[in-house]
Amino acid sequence: CLLLALSLWSPPSDLPPRPQAKPVPGSSHSESSTMRQRMKDKLKAARSEMGLPTAEEAYNFFTFDFDPEPDEETRKGQKRRTRPEGENEEGEDGGDDDEEKEEEDKEEVTEELFLIDQSADDFLVFKRAEYMGYQRRLQSENELLFTPSFLTVPASSKVPENMKPRYLEEEGLYVGERPPMSLTNQNILENRILKQEQVRWFGDDGRIMALPDPIKESSTRPPLFHIEDDLDPALQTVYRKALVSKHASQYISVGGETNGDYQLDVDVSGLIFSHHPLFSQEHVLGSRLVQLYDQHLSRQHRNLTEHLTTKLNGLRNTIGNMLEVHGGQRLTPVMQQRISEYKQEVRNTRRLRDLEQEKDRTLLKGIVKIWKEIKALRDFQRFTNTPYKLYLRREEVERASDVREYEAEIQAEVDELLDEMEEDYQRKVTEYRRQQEEWKVWRRKQRAKNKKKKKTQSQLDDNEDDEDNDDDDRTDGEAEPGPPKPKPPEEPDMEGVEKQVSEKASRIRRKPGEPILVPELTASGPITPNEQCPRGEFARREDVAKRSIFIKVLYNDKEVSRTDNRSLNSDFRVHFGQIFNLKIVNWPESIKLQVFEVLGLSTTLLADVFVPVPESSILTGSAPSEELVFSSNLRVMFDHEAVGSDVPFSFEVDGSNRQTLLTSGKLSCSVSWAVGEDDVPLAPPTTQPNGLKQLDAIASIGASGLNDMKKLGEWATESRLDPNDPNNADIMQLLKVASSGEVTAPDYFRLEQLQEEFNFVSEEDLEQSRRFRLLRLRNQEVAEFRNYKFVPAMEREVTDKVFEVRSLREIVDTKGHLDAHRALVAKHLHKIRESIINRFLIAKHHFIMSDLVQEEQVPTIGILGLNLFKLAEPKRPLKPQRKERKKVTAQNLSDGDIRLLLNIIRAYDIPVRKPSVNKPAVTSKSTRSFTETLTAGQSQRATQGSDWLLNQVQVRPFVEVSFQRSVLQTTTADGPNPCWNEDLQLPFSAPNGDYSTANLQSMKDEIFINIFDEVQYELGGDRGKEVHTRLEKHWLGSVKIPFSTIYFQSRIDGTFKVDTPPVLLGYSKERSLASDGGYDAVRSLTEGAFITLFITIEPQLVPGETIREKFESQESEGLLLASEVFERDAAVHFPDRPCLTTVININGKTVFITRYLRPLNPPQELLDAFPNSPQEATDLIARYVSLIPSLPDSVSFAGVCDLWSTCDQFLTLLAGDEEEHAVLLCNYFLSMGKKAWLIIGTAIPEGPTTYVLTYEQNRYLIWNPSSGQYYGQYDTFCPLQTVGCLVSADNVWLNTQAYTSPLRIRFDVTKAKLWKPFFSRAFPNPGLSSVQCITLHIILHLPFPKISLTCRIEKILKEKIMEWRPRNPTRWNRYCTSTLRHFLPKLELSRGRDVADEHRLELQSLLGDYRISGFPLHLPFSEVRPIVEAVYSTGVHNVEASNVEFALAVHVHAYPNNVLSVWVYLASLIRMR
Amino acid sequence: MTANSPSVFLLMINGQIEGANFPEYDDLYCKYCFVYGHDWAPTSGLEEGISQITSKGRDSPHRLVWNFPLEITFKSTNPLGWPQIVVSVYGPDTFGNDVVRGYGATHIPITPGQYVPLIFSSTPLSTPPLIKDLLSRHTRTIPMFVPESTSRLQKFTSWLLGRRPEFTDPKVVAQGEGREVTRVSSQGFVTLSFNIVTKDMKRLGYDTTATETTHTHTHPVAAGFGPGNQTLSM
Repeated sequence: CLLLALSLWSPPSDLPPRPQAKPVPGSSHSESSTMRQRMKDKLKAARSEMGLPTAEEAYNFFTFDFDPEPDEETRKGQKRRTRPEGENEEGEDGGDDDEEKEEEDKEEVTEELFLIDQSADDFLVFKRAEYMGYQRRLQSENELLFTPSFLTVPASSKVPENMKPRYLEEEGLYVGERPPMSLTNQNILENRILKQEQVRWFGDDGRIMALPDPIKESSTRPPLFHIEDDLDPALQTVYRKALVSKHASQYISVGGETNGDYQLDVDVSGLIFSHHPLFSQEHVLGSRLVQLYDQHLSRQHRNLTEHLTTKLNGLRNTIGNMLEVHGGQRLTPVMQQRISEYKQEVRNTRRLRDLEQEKDRTLLKGIVKIWKEIKALRDFQRFTNTPYKLYLRREEVERASDVREYEAEIQAEVDELLDEMEEDYQRKVTEYRRQQEEWKVWRRKQRAKNKKKKKTQSQLDDNEDDEDNDDDDRTDGEAEPGPPKPKPPEEPDMEGVEKQVSEKASRIRRKPGEPILVPELTASGPITPNEQCPRGEFARREDVAKRSIFIKVLYNDKEVSRTDNRSLNSDFRVHFGQIFNLKIVNWPESIKLQVFEVLGLSTTLLADVFVPVPESSILTGSAPSEELVFSSNLRVMFDHEAVGSDVPFSFEVDGSNRQTLLTSGKLSCSVSWAVGEDDVPLAPPTTQPNGLKQLDAIASIGASGLNDMKKLGEWATESRLDPNDPNNADIMQLLKVASSGEVTAPDYFRLEQLQEEFNFVSEEDLEQSRRFRLLRLRNQEVAEFRNYKFVPAMEREVTDKVFEVRSLREIVDTKGHLDAHRALVAKHLHKIRESIINRFLIAKHHFIMSDLVQEEQVPTIGILGLNLFKLAEPKRPLKPQRKERKKVTAQNLSDGDIRLLLNIIRAYDIPVRKPSVNKPAVTSKSTRSFTETLTAGQSQRATQGSDWLLNQVQVRPFVEVSFQRSVLQTTTADGPNPCWNEDLQLPFSAPNGDYSTANLQSMKDEIFINIFDEVQYELGGDRGKEVHTRLEKHWLGSVKIPFSTIYFQSRIDGTFKVDTPPVLLGYSKERSLASDGGYDAVRSLTEGAFITLFITIEPQLVPGETIREKFESQESEGLLLASEVFERDAAVHFPDRPCLTTVININGKTVFITRYLRPLNPPQELLDAFPNSPQEATDLIARYVSLIPSLPDSVSFAGVCDLWSTCDQFLTLLAGDEEEHAVLLCNYFLSMGKKAWLIIGTAIPEGPTTYVLTYEQNRYLIWNPSSGQYYGQYDTFCPLQTVGCLVSADNVWLNTQAYTSPLRIRFDVTKAKLWKPFFSRAFPNPGLSSVQCITLHIILHLPFPKISLTCRIEKILKEKIMEWRPRNPTRWNRYCTSTLRHFLPKLELSRGRDVADEHRLELQSLLGDYRISGFPLHLPFSEVRPIVEAVYSTGVHNVEASNVEFALAVHVHAYPNNVLSVWVYLASLIRMR
Repeated sequence: MTANSPSVFLLMINGQIEGANFPEYDDLYCKYCFVYGHDWAPTSGLEEGISQITSKGRDSPHRLVWNFPLEITFKSTNPLGWPQIVVSVYGPDTFGNDVVRGYGATHIPITPGQYVPLIFSSTPLSTPPLIKDLLSRHTRTIPMFVPESTSRLQKFTSWLLGRRPEFTDPKVVAQGEGREVTRVSSQGFVTLSFNIVTKDMKRLGYDTTATETTHTHTHPVAAGFGPGNQTLSM
């Protein structure tokens, strides 16, 4: 409200009221009055209460200038005002009245305050607001504002005065299409521009200057997706396998593809003879007439005359404009240059125009002439042969204007000619002058020379003579020829020009006023029927009727088809209208049509017509029909009216003016590429070499074949291409390049021009600097530097040592390997590993959502239901089940977070101590078992039983687990079937503290689970009551489980066979009684010691996923697809059965699994070993295969799925995992004539693995290829748990039975109900070739002395044992050692069976005084390190007795192909007294 | 490390997580941690921390104040992997479940300098913005965001169960790799202030105080090729 706002200005206290403001006229007045009314009532009440200002008010008055509460003071002011009631209306009239009245009340106010009021009044002047009437405002606004009209602006106001708009388009210049714009807007804009008087925005044509529309009509990129259906079928990506062409490049494509072939459509529509031997004279004339008429028509179509005339006019106008614009002013040299250019252009155009006009004219005359001849001929011979009729249509013209134009044209030309001549003359004159000058100079020189000459001659001659003696001089000068004296040019003949021009005009143009003649040729005239013709003509016609024509189509000079015979008509036009579809395989080199004429039985070749091979863009339907001219020089003569060919004849009666005509004609045909059913052009791709054709800029504007740059340049300048036309942009670019001298245009494009700027050091510095090298290596994630910390800041601080690590690794130290071959293999493996790890690292940088964001899974109904069910579950169930634990991603782990949990439950059939039968004494001081005899067997067993019942502890085993050098052990249990049920927790730490998946996967650590027997010995029992005992642990056997297995399987649960040495001195196994060889032996073998374990990692780690990467393959697409479907089906229906159809070979390519199986000959040496017993030979071969060191792929090739190497590669590398062993074993079995399959399944502890199945003697045997052991199908201790599928050399069968355990399934793959084959009748085996080599390369002999290896291993082991016993002296018992060494070859021969007792006998006899405990270890040989590890894990060195002695013997047995089996015999001996 | 030729430079940071602006949430607390490259190591101070729970006050209905101090010193040989601070804010949702309210990260300022605090008066007073900017040269206001659920249903269940999607490691917000697979939504802002002291940076050839006139070094850094020629792009 206005009032309130103003009141802020009024002093807060009781000041005399002043005129507040003059309210502006309008509504505010009434509003304020009502407001006042309201206030007034309030104030009255307030006033009655307090007469004087309160203390607060007074304070406020003195402290504040402006009262924050407007109410108060308005009230006060208001009160003053409201007293004079009727004043409200007068308020606006005068301030003076108000003031007077207010002064009456001033008794309440002090003088000073009043003064302040006065001063405020002085500064403020209150006036009524100025108001301008609507009309006036409009008027004043009109001066400032402008509303552009939307009416069209007349063209005259847009071009400079007195100028006509000039249309470049009409002058033949290229004018681009303007972008569309609404007319109204355009008008508004034009009006606006005009108003601002900026005429320069308008072009010569009176329109706003605009660039051509930049939008292309058709999109350059076809739309990929339609809204309705997914993809345009033409754009559908179709997979085509790349094929290597077997044939030469002349074949377009050879492949079984259905639409891979191409099709050419040859359309032969017909032919017209322009001359044929059977032409009558009239025909000759007629065809000539037709030709001329055609020419006429085509000329008319092109209308060059008209075009040139317009151009000429345009040019003339331009010159006129230019001269006019610059009026009388002096022309700039540039302008002059341009004008002269224009003039030149005019001259050329005129000449061309005249030429064209003349041609038109002569053509017309020619047509008329020939028509007249025809008519004459028809009259003469009194019959008509041809149906041609010519009409001349007249087009009347307006005579007056025509004459005027004609005159004007002549005048213009005359003017120009005069102009030119004048110019020419001027130029000649200046030339003349110049020459004259030259000549004079020359003369002067000459004369000076002469003078000298004269001086020498006479030396007295006068100078004056010189001028006179011109003639003399000249005669003198004749000796030396000089420039001839120029002649003055002739004056142009002005009068002659006009005459010339008009003459020419009358010659080439039609006379003014003469009607325009338009010839029209029809073929509707009647032909005289045969009967009315003379005999000669009749004969000719008969002859014509006898003949017929056909055309052969030759493709690459081979006839592919021919047309039907068509008889020749009287008009000599033949219509075929046949289309030949040529399916082609070879590249089109030539397409030839041969025209044949048939007369009776004889055919004559008239002509060959070559048709160009179409470009692949020319397709049927859009291909234009071409007319190809042919002719033949065959001489044909007739005895009738026909003129013949190559025969002179004459139209004249007297035989003069003879002519010779050759058979000729036009064949109209078209050759194009066919379009397939689904609109796919059946043309070969253009990328393939397509003859001469080169797609270039020049071809696009119709001047194909101009490959020569110079010629092109000439052509372009001649044809005066419009440089503004975008069609010509390419060629202009080309010309620019060509003119600059460089013929080769750069066909590349570079972005990194500024690369130099970004380099902060030069390339060399970057190479040289060790620091940068380090930084770069780290960035490349090279293994050693991946997490390198603290790259030094200074170059000098980076030592070369840093890089030595790397170079050391690169040169795999051959020292660690005992023979060079292994070193090479290790190097090779290392390389493969490196490349695969690189691949893995790349894949590691591809993240998926779950890597980054942790999100709860949406609970499904099933889970919800289960959860509800769980609520009702008992809290402590009687049979608790293991729950799935939450998986932990490896990245936020650190040392100590992870533990390895082992639950050691129980063991079976632990070897027991051999009790001494003879001495039932508790103390076993006097040797233990060496007194035993071979009579073990049944009797021993019986006695043993009684012993055990009586007193003796059979065995006191405990389990020791060592992992990463931390060792834990269980309590000791009793008996051969102990039960511990103990939990052990081992700490786990990842190497380098790097818990990334990649690192964990590549861990090579193994868990050793050793079973020991705790033996108590009493010492010094004879001294009183004190009994000293010493505990010794004797190694009984071990189980090795690689960490990676646990990591990948997350838990291992089951019963494992304990690796027990073949001979355990002092212990014996409880054997089954009947072992009579044959396959019953199987049972006895499998009866070893077993241990039941549960191992897991806490917390559960997420095993790394295999690389999400599809491997390339050389298998056919169909096979890959089928295998994918097969595997997916298997995964859906039988999720727990491993199913493999394709595997990845060592090069990272997918290969179908059956290709790995093929009979391969085992080494002959092995077969020869047991010629009589196939049984033994089989065992030996299995043993041989198992002796090849095992190397889990998942360790060496971290994170990548299994790699399968072929047997050849396997034997070369001498390392591989279960698959390679299985494949090799299976192949050997196949070659031995066994029925063998691969079993893809799971086993403990390996997890998913591969076993071999054989069928022998009506029973199935399952072979573990890595241990060489075999199990019967119904063997309970068979480590194979699940059978997923079987693989043979030609098929894969998926187990579709209810059970997976080998115990409960049937192995008969012929039962379709039980086994689902991969290759079935519906999808037969395409005959996949094997990837295995036919013969394995076998090295028969050791490449190094076996003895030296034995010695080295022995030496190393001895050193190691001494090293492990730092505090005790280690003594070696040589005698025992040599004895042991003697045993080892026997062990090898018997393959570790049934020799224990002999040993005992021998040893006992030799070492009666010693208590000996020991065992042989048997290992396949790959490196020394595993042997050392194995020896360490037995803990033999831990014997602490002071008088202990050791014995160690090593034996290496070499099998073919460098497969080595290593035996280590270890024993500790304690001397008894 | 001798005085003349240092082999590392030191970066000392002290500052505070002043507060945050989360329009819809209350009772939030925050965690911070530092992310740095291979060539960096903290020499003293706390690398990670967790703050008290703060509620919005009556006076400042939009602002959550933590005033949580940061103090850490790094040593380094290479500016590559310059430390970043990652702040993640948590608080209870409507059902009282602790859920994440935002992640954010920013680089520690590279210029040594001081932060002059502003005294916030309760009245919306108008300090000219120019001066404010000058003062808060080492103040960072970082926008916060949380990962989005992959689907509507997921969103609903996560809301219902109080288990919103979280980054497996808050440190991923300080790196660019792998972020393309995530979708996030913005939440609010956290304000941090820093005082930065560096030692020996210039001696190793890294000049981070670009605007100031450099001290007259009578002896230029070792002649020839050395890190003195490097830029921060390493």
